Amino acid sequence: MHDPEKTLLEGSVSEEILQKWEARGVNRRDFLKFCSVMTASLALPATFMGQIAEAMEADNRPPVIWMEFQGCTGDTEAFLRANQPTAAEIILDYLSIDYHETIMAAAGHQDEAAKNATVEKYKGKYIAIVEGSIPMADGGVYCTVAGNSALNIAREVCGNAAATIAVGTCASYGGLPAAAPNPTGAVSVSEAVPGATVLNLPGCPLNAENLTAAIVHFLTFGKLPATDSFGRPKFAYGKRIHDNCERRAHFDAGQYAEGFGDAGHRQGWCLYKLGCKGPETFHNCPTIRYNEGSSWPVQAGHGCIGCSEPQFWDSMTPFYRRLPQVPGFGVEATADKIGLGLAAATAVAFGAHGVASALRKDDDSTVKRED
Amino acid sequence: MSTLEIRYVWEWPVRLTHWFNVISIIVLSVTGYYIGDPFVSVPSTSSYVMGWMRYLHFIFAYVFALSWIARLIWMFFGNRHARFLAFAPWASRDGWKNIIGTFCFYTFLRRKVPYAVGHNPLAAMAYSCVFILFLIQIVSGFALYGQFAPGGLWDGIFGSLLVTFGNQGLRLTHHLIMWLLIGFAIHHVYSAWLMDIKEKNGTLSSIFGGYKFIDPDEEN
Repeated sequence: MHDPEKTLLEGSVSEEILQKWEARGVNRRDFLKFCSVMTASLALPATFMGQIAEAMEADNRPPVIWMEFQGCTGDTEAFLRANQPTAAEIILDYLSIDYHETIMAAAGHQDEAAKNATVEKYKGKYIAIVEGSIPMADGGVYCTVAGNSALNIAREVCGNAAATIAVGTCASYGGLPAAAPNPTGAVSVSEAVPGATVLNLPGCPLNAENLTAAIVHFLTFGKLPATDSFGRPKFAYGKRIHDNCERRAHFDAGQYAEGFGDAGHRQGWCLYKLGCKGPETFHNCPTIRYNEGSSWPVQAGHGCIGCSEPQFWDSMTPFYRRLPQVPGFGVEATADKIGLGLAAATAVAFGAHGVASALRKDDDSTVKRED
Repeated sequence: MSTLEIRYVWEWPVRLTHWFNVISIIVLSVTGYYIGDPFVSVPSTSSYVMGWMRYLHFIFAYVFALSWIARLIWMFFGNRHARFLAFAPWASRDGWKNIIGTFCFYTFLRRKVPYAVGHNPLAAMAYSCVFILFLIQIVSGFALYGQFAPGGLWDGIFGSLLVTFGNQGLRLTHHLIMWLLIGFAIHHVYSAWLMDIKEKNGTLSSIFGGYKFIDPDEEN
């Protein structure tokens, strides 16, 4: 039987923990909010809240090495700006970020030494976070840090990590650098370092909430969350955007915006005909949203572009059409136009054949004519 | 000309699956086109146009898939016109002769169509291709359908195709094959009509009743 009182008791966070966080400058309300949001994001029952709070308390601060390769720092930006229940504060305070190109104070040989020291000292224990894709073409010369290629760095750092988290679509699947013709031979972290334990958190940028939740999961349970066939955690990528979309009722009804700013668009109708890729994209955008849950693309009136799917950009363009281009045909030729042309050509060809057959004299030797 | 014989050529499972396919392809094409490009927009949110279109599409997807499976099973049990070999005329010397003969008839190089009791060899080859296109359509359709429930039955069976070919790749394939099948349907109806006139053995009515009127002298 479900006992609400027991749930409350198990889910409660001890006074001692709360006081410790207060001493660190995070008030109890914010810390409780953080724990409850994390529990909900991970789709855990409320009873796990206490366990999460305790995990955050345990003295096992895992060192983090955050590497940036062929990316735009958008994921770093997204993470640093995360302030839904001061997530960044809590996580950044809690983790020991030993190397992060954008925010570290050290430079040059100093920071390289810090990174190497962490890899040596915490071999198999630290968390590696990778942002950006890794170029493989021409021996990996297209992205180097401190004279070493991204490929070598990733192999060494991710290969020795307890877990690697690929943040953003580039690190997860190659992303924009891997779009055709992919001049640098960009690949994802899991392709560049096949042996590593990699969790993919695609998105352009990734949702900081999901990164925080993934780290909290790792701290609480000592392992990465369960993933789907694309290596994405199910708690964040287990459902299609379309199936949780706030405009879904308009889709089912048959109400579609036909153009930006038209009557349907102003009334918040479905963006399907404007090329929304919500039906082909798995992400928790509609429920978690971005920037403290304030909004997300579809809510703001623009269709989803499928930024967190594998093969984004190639398979999700043209953004304002439902289907990709048919290979070998021009930009204006949609699958339906080509198909209609094919059907029409068939009809014309057989029509002509029919006329010719009708005019031709048959061998009528076996036919008896009626008088 | 000797006495015409009445032959039971198309057994009932062949005819039944044929007409289930016809109805399914029409319904699936219309609803499928609407799902890809909703050409009707409704003023009221209490309507359920897309909802019904998708519902019909999924119902007939099951009908079509079952019809395909039933026909596949009948490939083992049916008469010689319904079995695998009937769809592989390239496997025999006589078959090749008829392929060339029928091709010459279609291209006006030959006046008389080679006589066939069942499928003419070119048609049989077209049906082999269509049978495979049907399968691709069913598989890609159910793979896409399975996305509503990751970890569910259809996702479990066909989910790996989404990894191999990509979500959008499958969608594009599903669209293009619909048009190929519409092209096939146009050709199929025309050719059946043409053969009804040229072979003079009741081709068109045979798919309703199953019987053809065969001249034993003409049979080779």
